[in-house]
Amino acid sequence: MKQNYAFLDENSKKEIRRKTLKAIAIPGYQVPFASRELPIARGWGTGGLQLTLSLVGQSDVLKVIDQGADESVNAVNIRKLIQDTTCVPDTIHTSEATLIQSRHRVPEVPLEPYQILVLQVPLPEPLRPVEPSERITKQLHADREYSGAWLRLFEQIMKYGSITDDADYPVLVNGRYVMAPSPIPRFDNPKLDDNDGLILLGAGREKKIYAIPPYTKVSSLAFDDHPFEVESFDDVSCRESGLTGVYMDELVDDETGETYYVTNDTSYMLEQLNKAGSVR
Amino acid sequence: MGYVAVKGGTKAIEASVEMYRNKSQHDEELDVGVVRTHMNQLINQVMSEASLYDRDLAALAVRQAEGNMEEAVFLLRAHRSTLPRLHYSTVTNTRDMFVERRVSASFKDIPGGQILGASPDFTHRLLDDSDVYDSGALHEETDVSAYGYRLDDLPKVVDYLEQEGLFEKYPEDDREPDDITKRSIEFPSSRSERLQSLTRGQTGAVTSLGYAEIRGYGYSSHPNIGEVRVGQQPVHIDPFDDGDAYYVGDVELTEVEAFMPADGAEEESEGGQEKTFRIGYGLTFGQNETKAIAMSVLDYSLSHPIEGVATCDDEFVLLHVDSVESTGFISHLKLPHYVTFQSVLDRVRQTKGEKSE
Repeated sequence: MKQNYAFLDENSKKEIRRKTLKAIAIPGYQVPFASRELPIARGWGTGGLQLTLSLVGQSDVLKVIDQGADESVNAVNIRKLIQDTTCVPDTIHTSEATLIQSRHRVPEVPLEPYQILVLQVPLPEPLRPVEPSERITKQLHADREYSGAWLRLFEQIMKYGSITDDADYPVLVNGRYVMAPSPIPRFDNPKLDDNDGLILLGAGREKKIYAIPPYTKVSSLAFDDHPFEVESFDDVSCRESGLTGVYMDELVDDETGETYYVTNDTSYMLEQLNKAGSVR
Repeated sequence: MGYVAVKGGTKAIEASVEMYRNKSQHDEELDVGVVRTHMNQLINQVMSEASLYDRDLAALAVRQAEGNMEEAVFLLRAHRSTLPRLHYSTVTNTRDMFVERRVSASFKDIPGGQILGASPDFTHRLLDDSDVYDSGALHEETDVSAYGYRLDDLPKVVDYLEQEGLFEKYPEDDREPDDITKRSIEFPSSRSERLQSLTRGQTGAVTSLGYAEIRGYGYSSHPNIGEVRVGQQPVHIDPFDDGDAYYVGDVELTEVEAFMPADGAEEESEGGQEKTFRIGYGLTFGQNETKAIAMSVLDYSLSHPIEGVATCDDEFVLLHVDSVESTGFISHLKLPHYVTFQSVLDRVRQTKGEKSE
């Protein structure tokens, strides 16, 4: 069957762009939108994909990441759909891309002002763990009533001795809205703060778009005596590249049974390895 | 020479798609027309859940999905996203429906009579391996000539209750509905949002929640079906908004009005409350009687909520009955979650460390 450019009909794309503008205007605020059904399953990145499809133009260069890799099955699948319906060129190099759709990671290479990072979001509501009702969480956001979010962290400290929130660690955006940064690791939270690029977040099933405009203050919720902590890879290095200070995958050697680590952002690791004189 | 990491996601995906296609290749071709005529009930359900009335495309989706309901609905909904929405129909009145089947469980002798029509309700569910189903041999045409009423102008059973003063008619509300495919539902929901969500809801999910509602959670009582009608509903559009509407075709609908005995809440007469009837409403594309009945139960429970009952909570019901959304999110658990799991590991190890200190 013949398909529209970027799959969706023009009115749908226009509506999504309008909601995106609103999201940019109110950093961290979840703008409801009439999420469309796409040819990939709900929960597999349809929110991010709708943002990408409504933004992608012929002059864009596309990068799609899932779990830090361009070759991960879902990344391949999403990239194929975008390319099949738009024919835009793609790249694995973060700095070459104008539009980057990602699941679970902010790339290691810092964003440039001309770049847009689209994050796929499964659960956009940061207050959901403390309040199941959408009607009530909306009210809480309106009242800037975030004691539930703070109390949750406090209770974790009381129970386990430290904050146990793992990925999708809540952040305060522009001093106003508490926001779920999508399930990026805590390691990536600091990259959101005062970023040069535009970061858009789309939740297809939950029908929300939200944004972190460039140069916006983003801080992770924490206490003075229990400061925010990222995942610790301090005493390990990447077995392939020797890189340190990046997010790592923990793997087990088939032969020796030993645990080893590899850089999670695969394209970044390749770039480092392929730099002249870096061959190990 | 540079380093090349192990790659292969693209190849692996292509191979998986290829295997899936090969697996679904069969010796015999299955003609879409055959699906369309033989899998009528499946097509009705798929059209209802996909909110797209097109028997040919639904048949195509059913064949492509190998008979998997959720998959067929998914295909049709995705296709729907590519279509521009050009018009809304004018307000249709189901009193104009050309009725093919109509039963009342409340009154024996309804004006216009009970019309059993085509239904599996009274068949014995015995597996039949005779070739009646394959041969296409038709039984003798049923003689309907003796019927004395106009089938496109039948009165409604609820009219009788209204005449008796046992049912208070709500004022008509012909405002344009909130279109949930163009604006997301916000809570508290409007009735038009509720009715749209329920009619798009997964047949099984709507049935289960409706069942829970009358079995003991919530309304917890036996509703009476005033009328189930199935028939062809004419649809008109008014493209220039000048009152000059055009007939665009018929859609097959199932409509249910369920009578729910309830307390007359507001005007308590002296010496106690009065019992009265309220109505629960269900409407689906195609012949989907069980779903439409369950929908009417849920329409009632959402319009007259009881505190603390899940099936009376519009968020709980409306956000969870959608097939594309629920199957999508459940199935996404298959996707890799290496990054987040690494983060969980880090925290679990941390708490272990805190304990041993």
